[in-house]
Amino acid sequence: MWEYTDKVKEHFLHPRNVGEIEKPDGVGEVGSLACGDALKLTIKVAEGRIADAKFKTFGCASAIASSSALTEMIKGKTLDEAAKITNQDIAEFLGGLPKEKMHCSVMGREALEAAIANYRGIPLPMAQGELVCECFGVTDLEIRRAIEENKLRTVEEVTNFTKAGGGCGKCHDRIQELIDAAAKEAAGKEQPPAERPRKRLTNIQKMKMIEEVLEREIRPALRKDGGDIQLIDVDGDFVTVSLRGACVSCVASQATLKEYVEKKLREQVLDSLIVEEEKP
Amino acid sequence: MSRVVYMDNNATTRVAPEVLEEMLPYFSDLYGNPSSMHSFGGQVGAKINQAREKIAALLGARPEELIFTSCGTESDSTAILSALQSLPGKHHIVTTRVEHPAVKNLVENLDGLTGHKHRLTKLPVDRDGTLDLKQYEESLTDETAIVSVMWANNETGVVFPIAEMAAIAKSRGIFFHTDAVQAVGKVPIDLASVPVDFLSLSGHKLHAPKGIGVLYARKGTPFVPFMVGGHQERGRRGGTENVASIIGLGKACELAAAKMEEENSRVRALRDKLEKDLLAQVPHSMRNGHETQRLPNTASISFEFVEGESILLHLDRYGICASSGSACTSGSLEPSHVLRAMGVPFTAAHGSIRFSLSIYNTEEEVDYVVSKVPQIIADLREMSPFWQSEHRGRTGQSQCKCVC
Repeated sequence: MWEYTDKVKEHFLHPRNVGEIEKPDGVGEVGSLACGDALKLTIKVAEGRIADAKFKTFGCASAIASSSALTEMIKGKTLDEAAKITNQDIAEFLGGLPKEKMHCSVMGREALEAAIANYRGIPLPMAQGELVCECFGVTDLEIRRAIEENKLRTVEEVTNFTKAGGGCGKCHDRIQELIDAAAKEAAGKEQPPAERPRKRLTNIQKMKMIEEVLEREIRPALRKDGGDIQLIDVDGDFVTVSLRGACVSCVASQATLKEYVEKKLREQVLDSLIVEEEKP
Repeated sequence: MSRVVYMDNNATTRVAPEVLEEMLPYFSDLYGNPSSMHSFGGQVGAKINQAREKIAALLGARPEELIFTSCGTESDSTAILSALQSLPGKHHIVTTRVEHPAVKNLVENLDGLTGHKHRLTKLPVDRDGTLDLKQYEESLTDETAIVSVMWANNETGVVFPIAEMAAIAKSRGIFFHTDAVQAVGKVPIDLASVPVDFLSLSGHKLHAPKGIGVLYARKGTPFVPFMVGGHQERGRRGGTENVASIIGLGKACELAAAKMEEENSRVRALRDKLEKDLLAQVPHSMRNGHETQRLPNTASISFEFVEGESILLHLDRYGICASSGSACTSGSLEPSHVLRAMGVPFTAAHGSIRFSLSIYNTEEEVDYVVSKVPQIIADLREMSPFWQSEHRGRTGQSQCKCVC
């Protein structure tokens, strides 16, 4: 069972401003029945302010609560003030949302943007990007913004906030690239994304690449502590190694194997590799 | 919460009062280890043997063919991994697209677990959730090590023809495992005439406590233990027996045998009434799963244009407990793999509700649920942008086209 705040429950059970404004000045529609949630927001604008707002939502409790919260938050605001509302603001208004449900607050914000764009007669900026997640129709611009505004670091977090990657999973690599690119930008270094290792490797290729990584990075690090490592065999995803020198008697050698050697090899060769120590 | 109307018995069941009573002494006075040489422990061992006999009687099995485990999942893992280890040259597994995660996630991850490449055939189901036997037969090859097909589906209650399927596998020398967690206690099972090699059951689905399961392994079928340790269960599953729960499960099986008739008459009639009344009173609703080939206690109903989690939380206000195959309740973003495998449209899958009854439900409770559901659905539809509007599934810019 989800742990919803009292405010979420209250807005779910007694949603404010349900319905559709007749002859609205702006309409924002996001989501779809297939996606599992959808929101239609209608607004009335008078003298640059949102005089009235109503919603219709198909979705779970947090989707309905987010929609209800959104209408309460925007009523009376100028369009420019309303445009500054982020998904975090909606989530905070509700006292927080479970992380798997953050996309509900994002949906609210997107409906608001769509309604304002519709009122102003301009195309929706976020929909112009490259389509990344085909299952849920999410563009790179939407993902980039979610990453930046919410400081997301993993594909799973991106899925929680935008739904992107929550379907067939084909776009996970692309989402990871967007995360990496955002991280690089944040670090102030503009670099082209690193070439991702090839997925299908023969045993010989694997061995060669593993040997290279061992030689280049892992051995020098182990030797600093008086240890060494030898590649014994590669069979499918299983990499058998033998620890030498100081590693043999080191109590942390198993941790080194998994946390360091396996991690490095997964990063640089193939992310499904399993490193095991040779059994004497 | 004052009133509770519990219709989520495929999730778990209440422990029957008779079962609890039978168990209690083994938490206090009778705490001996059944393996001990003294009679204080020995009397517990004798009681375990009696429980084993009661469980065997419900299944039509021999007592020595039963291995006590911790849960249905452990039974499933033990059976499938045992079969693969006893046929080391064979790496093909046949299963269905609607299995419980206990089997589904195991067979999908065998390569990493075993270090061998496996080929997996997942048999499709039709709109009613039933299998095509001809397709099943054609899927079997000389490479096939094991077939694992659930006896009854947890979401829809659809029952598969396990007797026929097991006979086909047997004639080909292929192991057959069935996850019968939802079937045991609800429909008659006679393993003397159904040639499965392995069968999994779970205590908490038939009014015994959580934390006890059984793996049936046919006499003569090679067996490789999953948990290795002491001599318990004749060396097939190490670990000191969960004494009180085993004794509880024995009692639960005895009760299930006695109430089988009631389950298949009175409970079935309650389920049918619930389903008929809801389908009649709520427009744009439909049953998921074959009308007759299914468990007597399960009703899966889809309400179009509304979302399952919202329905459940409204039901919760009235103390009504049920489940949903909607994406939002599972924590994933897509509706249940069972409903998708059946080709239930997304418009309906998101609004699916499963009511699963037990002998403890009453007609008054069914009437109570029927009195609440239509208004809940109507209220949510009133709020849905898809209800009585020209869009039937799409709004705005969305490009949602998932066809998984």
